[in-house]
Amino acid sequence: MKELLQVKNLSVEFQSDAGKIRAIDDVSFNVKPGETVCIVGESGSGKSVTSLSVMRLLEYENGSIAGGEVLFENEDLVTKSQEEMRKIRGNDISIIFQEPMTALNPVFTIGRQLIEGIQQHQDVSKKEAWDRACELLRLVGLNDVPVRMKQYPHELSGGMRQRVMIAIALAGNPKLLIADEPTTALDVTIETQILNLLNELKEKINMSIILITHDMGVAAEVADKIVVMYAGKIVEQGTVYQIFDEPTHPYTKGLLQSIPSDTDKKDRLYSIKGTIPSLNDLPQGCRFHPRCEFATDKCLQSEPPLLQENDREVACWNFKEVLKEKVKL
Amino acid sequence: MLQFVIRRFGQSIVLVLIVTIITFFLMNLAPGGPSSMMRMDATEAEREAIAEQLGLNDPVIVRYGSWLINAFQGDLGLSLSSGQPVLDRIVERFPHTFNLAIWTVFFSVIIGIVLGIISAKNRNTWKDHLINFGSVIGLSVPSFWLAIMFILLFSVNLQWLPSSLVTGDSIWDTIKMYIMPVLILSTATLPTIVRFTRSSMLEVVSQNYVRTARAKGLKERTVVYSHALRNALIPVISIIGVLIPRMLSGTVIVESVFGWPGMGRLIVEAAQARDYNLVMGVTVVVTILVVLSNFIVDIIYSKVDPRVKNIG
Repeated sequence: MKELLQVKNLSVEFQSDAGKIRAIDDVSFNVKPGETVCIVGESGSGKSVTSLSVMRLLEYENGSIAGGEVLFENEDLVTKSQEEMRKIRGNDISIIFQEPMTALNPVFTIGRQLIEGIQQHQDVSKKEAWDRACELLRLVGLNDVPVRMKQYPHELSGGMRQRVMIAIALAGNPKLLIADEPTTALDVTIETQILNLLNELKEKINMSIILITHDMGVAAEVADKIVVMYAGKIVEQGTVYQIFDEPTHPYTKGLLQSIPSDTDKKDRLYSIKGTIPSLNDLPQGCRFHPRCEFATDKCLQSEPPLLQENDREVACWNFKEVLKEKVKL
Repeated sequence: MLQFVIRRFGQSIVLVLIVTIITFFLMNLAPGGPSSMMRMDATEAEREAIAEQLGLNDPVIVRYGSWLINAFQGDLGLSLSSGQPVLDRIVERFPHTFNLAIWTVFFSVIIGIVLGIISAKNRNTWKDHLINFGSVIGLSVPSFWLAIMFILLFSVNLQWLPSSLVTGDSIWDTIKMYIMPVLILSTATLPTIVRFTRSSMLEVVSQNYVRTARAKGLKERTVVYSHALRNALIPVISIIGVLIPRMLSGTVIVESVFGWPGMGRLIVEAAQARDYNLVMGVTVVVTILVVLSNFIVDIIYSKVDPRVKNIG
């Protein structure tokens, strides 16, 4: 199938007091039409930076694309001007953010925030935009829509706000929806509702989704494909079955073991030892080796390349060893 | 809303009471007495007679009590120095101060916000540094000195602007008359508004909802002037409420330097003449002015920020 989005060798840098910091390094992945790709990793692994750079929103936040291509329907977004990007944002590609509490403007009504997005991209009257906005709110499962339209964000619950964010994102019938930790700030029952909603909407309007999460459990519910990132690099990618059944990177394995299970209550919850390294102080060799139980001398000395293996990719010198040890789920 | 007004009214009465008590007692602690009593040629017997006539021989607390009772009935008494009713003298002076204050508020709010935005949008460039430098100068240079320097430069040397209140025929004459006093008085308010707008704007542009606005594909102009600015103004509005009393106290100096016949100068004259009634009258009016302006600021605040709807 033809790819909708192809990210090729993307690198992003941030300007900081200590000089340039490379937040993501040589990242490549593809998204097919109608597919859900999950980018998984801990905080600081570069997931959000990846999504913001696809939208070219990083330039407003001190970041810049240092290299690579982002092909959306075979057009390179990296070379487009901000003015050209404006026509794509909120229209062909939309994004929803982690914090529904702060992602909506507190001083404008829900209706206004929806309508301005609709009118930005479509040549419709105020009345038509209003109707379309109501329709979108119904689509994301809100009731009392005319009342909601006139309410302010602080009058809605977190889950409702995230639904409004989704409605705003859907305003332009996007082909690609980027959801950056859409459920992290919500409680578990609401999380399930929002994930189900995203799945439903994907079927209904046939869009692709890039879902960013640190939670393998969330990924399991929605993903077709999983991209695992660590310290700004992709360490493993494959289909959801490949990743869950046969993780080949020790980090992926660690993430899988960190999912709390109902059956196994006697042990402490697994956690990967150590913390993610700071981007301006990366370890020599493999970036994961200080935390890796499979690490060998080779890992200390040279960084493993992303190896292709049966339609999946892994960046580990010892992936065969990793594969031998099954993960209990 | 009604409940808010009633509560606010009650608080204001208490505030005015406290202010009058403090003023009355401080005023009576000052040495000397009303100027009519302190005339060089007055004999001891005459002084006694005047003091008796003005009721100054009663204990302070009794005098405050009778002043308060009269004041509640709308009678602020007679000026001890001129013999005119206090209210008449205030009514005569009030418009001058009011105009000066209104223009200063308009000027410093509009210019302050504009400069604050320019400063924030050009962070760490020469424009930002220049505006910051100007704000520090404005805040730290004493206004009486600045006023004298302005008069020296624009009135004496360049002869562009009048040095005091002169009634001209054209609108341009009136504007010229206001330029310097408004500028000087603004040094009490403008720099603070500039700095608040700047920091508030910088804080707001990194908020998530600004990112959301960009993600919708809105024009950068809409993002900054609609989404960011509206939020950035919320703290600026609340600081304006604090700045108004500061500005009103600035009128004392500005009116004195520019010979402006307003209430600021009136209270200086009254205090020098130990005109107890006049000082009290002006104090009450200025306090009410401050209370009212803060009330208006609160109403505007609740209109701009829907999260405080329960107020207005």
